[in-house]
Amino acid sequence: MTGLTLSDKVMIGTALLGGMSGVVGSFAVLRGRSLVGDMLAHAALPGVCLAFLLMGNRNLLGLSLGALASGLLAIGAVTLVVRWTRTKEDAAIGIVLSTFFGAGVVLLSIIQKPAIGGNKAGLNSYLFGEPGNMLTGDLVLLAVVAVFVLMAVSLLFKEFKLVCFDADFAQSQGWPTLRLDLAMMAFLAVVTIVGLPIVGVILMAAMIILPAATARFWTNRLHVLLLLAGGFGMAAGILGTKLGQGLPAGASIVLTAAAIFTVSLLFAPRRGIVARLLVEFRLRKRVVCEHLLRSLYELSESQLPQLPTLPLPRIREYRYWQPWLLDRLLSQAAAKGLILQVDQTVQLTPLGLHRAAELTKAHRLWEMYLMQCANIAPDHVDRDADDMEHLLPESLLLELEQQLADEGRLPRVQADVPASPHQLGSVGNRQ
Amino acid sequence: MNTLSAICAFPLLALLDGLSVGAWIVLTGVATNVACALVGCFLVLRRMSLMGDAISHAVLPGLVVAFLLSGSMGIVPLFVGAAAVGLLTTFLTQTLHQYARVPSDASLGVVFTSLFALGVVLVKKYMAGLHFDVACVYEGALELAPFAQPVAGLPRPLFTTLLVLVVNLVVLVLLWKELKLSAFDASLATTMGFSATAMHYLLMAMVAVTTVASFEAVGSILVVAMLIVPAATAHLLTDRLSVMVVLSAVVGVAAAVVGYEAALFWDTNIAGMMTVAVGAIYGLTVLFSPRYGLISALIHNARMSLRVLREDLLAMLYRVEELGSDKPLTALAARKAVGGGLLARWGLAELVRTRQIVRAGQQLRLTDQGRKAARRLVRSHRLWETYLVEQLGMPLDHVHEPAHRVEHFIDERLRQELEAQIETQGQDPHGREIPE
Amino acid sequence: MSTVAFEIHDMTVAYHRRPVLWDIDLEVPEGKLVGIVGPNGAGKTTLIKAALGLLPLASGKVEIYGKPYAEQRRLVGYVPQRESVDWDFPVTVRDVVLMGTYGRLGWFRRPGRAEREIADHCLQQVGMASLAKRQIRQLSGGQQQRVFLARALAQDARLYFLDEPFSGVDAATEAAIIELLHTLRTSGKTVLVVHHDIQTVREYFDHVILLNMRLIASGPVETTFTSENLHKTYGGRLTILDEAAEAIRQREPNP
Repeated sequence: MTGLTLSDKVMIGTALLGGMSGVVGSFAVLRGRSLVGDMLAHAALPGVCLAFLLMGNRNLLGLSLGALASGLLAIGAVTLVVRWTRTKEDAAIGIVLSTFFGAGVVLLSIIQKPAIGGNKAGLNSYLFGEPGNMLTGDLVLLAVVAVFVLMAVSLLFKEFKLVCFDADFAQSQGWPTLRLDLAMMAFLAVVTIVGLPIVGVILMAAMIILPAATARFWTNRLHVLLLLAGGFGMAAGILGTKLGQGLPAGASIVLTAAAIFTVSLLFAPRRGIVARLLVEFRLRKRVVCEHLLRSLYELSESQLPQLPTLPLPRIREYRYWQPWLLDRLLSQAAAKGLILQVDQTVQLTPLGLHRAAELTKAHRLWEMYLMQCANIAPDHVDRDADDMEHLLPESLLLELEQQLADEGRLPRVQADVPASPHQLGSVGNRQ
Repeated sequence: MNTLSAICAFPLLALLDGLSVGAWIVLTGVATNVACALVGCFLVLRRMSLMGDAISHAVLPGLVVAFLLSGSMGIVPLFVGAAAVGLLTTFLTQTLHQYARVPSDASLGVVFTSLFALGVVLVKKYMAGLHFDVACVYEGALELAPFAQPVAGLPRPLFTTLLVLVVNLVVLVLLWKELKLSAFDASLATTMGFSATAMHYLLMAMVAVTTVASFEAVGSILVVAMLIVPAATAHLLTDRLSVMVVLSAVVGVAAAVVGYEAALFWDTNIAGMMTVAVGAIYGLTVLFSPRYGLISALIHNARMSLRVLREDLLAMLYRVEELGSDKPLTALAARKAVGGGLLARWGLAELVRTRQIVRAGQQLRLTDQGRKAARRLVRSHRLWETYLVEQLGMPLDHVHEPAHRVEHFIDERLRQELEAQIETQGQDPHGREIPE
Repeated sequence: MSTVAFEIHDMTVAYHRRPVLWDIDLEVPEGKLVGIVGPNGAGKTTLIKAALGLLPLASGKVEIYGKPYAEQRRLVGYVPQRESVDWDFPVTVRDVVLMGTYGRLGWFRRPGRAEREIADHCLQQVGMASLAKRQIRQLSGGQQQRVFLARALAQDARLYFLDEPFSGVDAATEAAIIELLHTLRTSGKTVLVVHHDIQTVREYFDHVILLNMRLIASGPVETTFTSENLHKTYGGRLTILDEAAEAIRQREPNP
């Protein structure tokens, strides 16, 4: 420990803090209590001031205990107000946050009187933290709290998971849901309080929320979420301190965390915005391809099993296409071996016919189903028509097919797929 | 602007000339608190109290940018910067929630803390030389308010807050029914053509502007308190929106005055003290609100328990009479039967006082008045028992307990309805007579 | 004389001081498949929640195999309504089913291989084995219901309470669930199901409980599910009960 420079200590300290906040914050965010961290951070001020008045010096442990007491009192006040009055939870949090903080400001003004000897920088350092003053003792405290919190979360992982997900079921199994809830809040309070002197009020609130919200973009499993949140928190702590030379440390840590959040928001696979846009784009593309094939089938249908050559103008007027889109689609289809494009005419290849027949049959069955069986379960409506065979009971499928056949509209789909003249890409596949 | 301010200032100047420093401070506090309370009512009702907290922090970068772009801390650029950031915060929060599926409270937290951090960094980089202290933004400098440079004859902080107060009031009056409707039922409002989204953004812009106007004087912490606490207090006192808005303004005024006096007395930070004062007012209301307060509920409970106990005593005496027992009931036995203790003594004493019971030595006897009251209760009890057996098909031995619990709440109208519903008249299922 | 699995004595349940269930008194013998039927607002979910100790009783008591619920939790499995849960929570299908084993594991212990095997077996029973690793947000309504059912199976209970398992579920899932419940019944378990469709009561259940703020009737379907009883159940609320309930709500002392 002795060989550590101040900047090493600051880095380790902020890393520990970031990691803890990420883990504890995950439960807060999942429970819809993201802003309780903000409240705790503000509500701790009177406790800190009272501790200072009682103990007279800047002792992190003592001040932290004062802050913790004040924070727990705040949580208690919110719980009582919500339970006993018609004031709603958000208003209760706001009331406790602002009035406690106001009391703290009042106490601070008492402390800052020359007779008491506190310095004017008090509120500033409370608001923004003083990572630059990290002593070895502070580091040890952080490490101890981190170990304790992480051990507790690890021990109570399944209990917390259960209570967060389904409190009624948990209670019916006999778990003390209220006490587990309070334990979660208590851990949140402890981590918040310990972090306050380092990053300050608003920024501590941010560290509770940001890493957890970021991690949510990357995973659907709770334990991975916790690990990632801790990791993002640590990264923000280390990077923020390193990159933010000359800037207030707390703010740079939060901005780093916000940057990581934004990157995840955009680029996370599957849940990120870019990924979702890509999926939507690919889907649209596939839909539009299928429309083409279906149109070609319908235009060729009357002359089957002969494959007629269709003049382009006919295709153009059969269905509305944007001209550039149609040309694009046709050349893509030709590349895939589904059509033959010669001069101004288009002809389905046997492979193309097979695929088009499949699509048209699925589409018509779907149409028929929708028309006949109006009271479908809502979860079926957004399925792909291709999935239909798997969705509907066999008997219903056969019935619908029979009806189509009676109307003369059932496409014949060959059992064996004709060989393709070219190497095929993923024709009409999802993802 | 100059002509306008001159016109406004003229009569005011004459009035305000003789005001002391303290009065200026109180006036500024009052103006801030009322301006905030007006807007805050709608925040609280729409369960968006924390937006107030969020916006009051998020405006920081807006202030810096406004300063950088306009080169001064003039009122107009400040307000514009604030409104812009208020709208931005709202927009980002909504977008994160709707498109990225981040839970709404988390998206609020992400946006405002990031913006605040950005603001802190901007302040450090671009306003380091000036005396723009972010901590001051928090706790304000109400003590210095009267000495700020005057605008239109008023100290600048007072001018800005009065301006905002008037604007808020005007908006409230003009858009009263739209605001009311969208607070209560946003989707209905939209279908009626008052875009709930537009109302929402308008409200948030008002919050942002009110916040910034108050920063100079009272700091953001008082603003957050005044946005939420007076409205929440008023909410505990009334069920009508118009009354709630007025009451919240009154609470704001009271908090300003009491806070100032207390701060003077204890020589502490004025804005902080006003916050504590408003919190104390809220606490007192929680306890003593006539309709929703806790003490009122306790008193009500005690009264009810007493009433139930008195009625039980009367009914017990009646049944003893009915059975024709020659051993009349003693006071001790009666009290024990209803649970003993202070409440029983009190109940009995009440009955004697209202001449429903007379004490003949140790024994108790019903007066005519008491008998009438007892008959009503026993009637309710037996009607209910009959109803339970006949209409609900409950077995005979299960009906006494439920009837015993419910009998106190059956009034004359309910008795008549019961009578109309049951078939057997005159006798309860145990074969006892149902008194008239 | 068969064992009584579940018994309620004179139970009244109040919600925000307003009685919603009046003096319920009934008995359910072991090994029966019981439907709880009644109109909206009749108190069916309240009945189950009160029996499970999730709601306080204003009066009366509930007994499972002769003892209070608190002592018999191991014997009871619960399938709540689907809406009661946030389906965006980051857990997989198997994670949810594993939760059914938590009660047996007790404090601090993690689910191990044995529990995972139980979970997989239960998933198989409901036909969801192939979806074990899927995140619950990606499930359809019927699939969500099956996951809840698998979780209850993992509890390995003797008495099961299901709250509206068939609402918003497709025909295939409904058939699968009913078959599973019949299997449970055959192996001696007792199953109580809050059910909203009176057309299928005769087909699905042996016993029925008819509820409309108070007990109309309870017993074997043949004798209890009569048109007279149905008329009493669905023939509208008893206004007197409503008025008395309101009077109590306004004036009764706070608990």
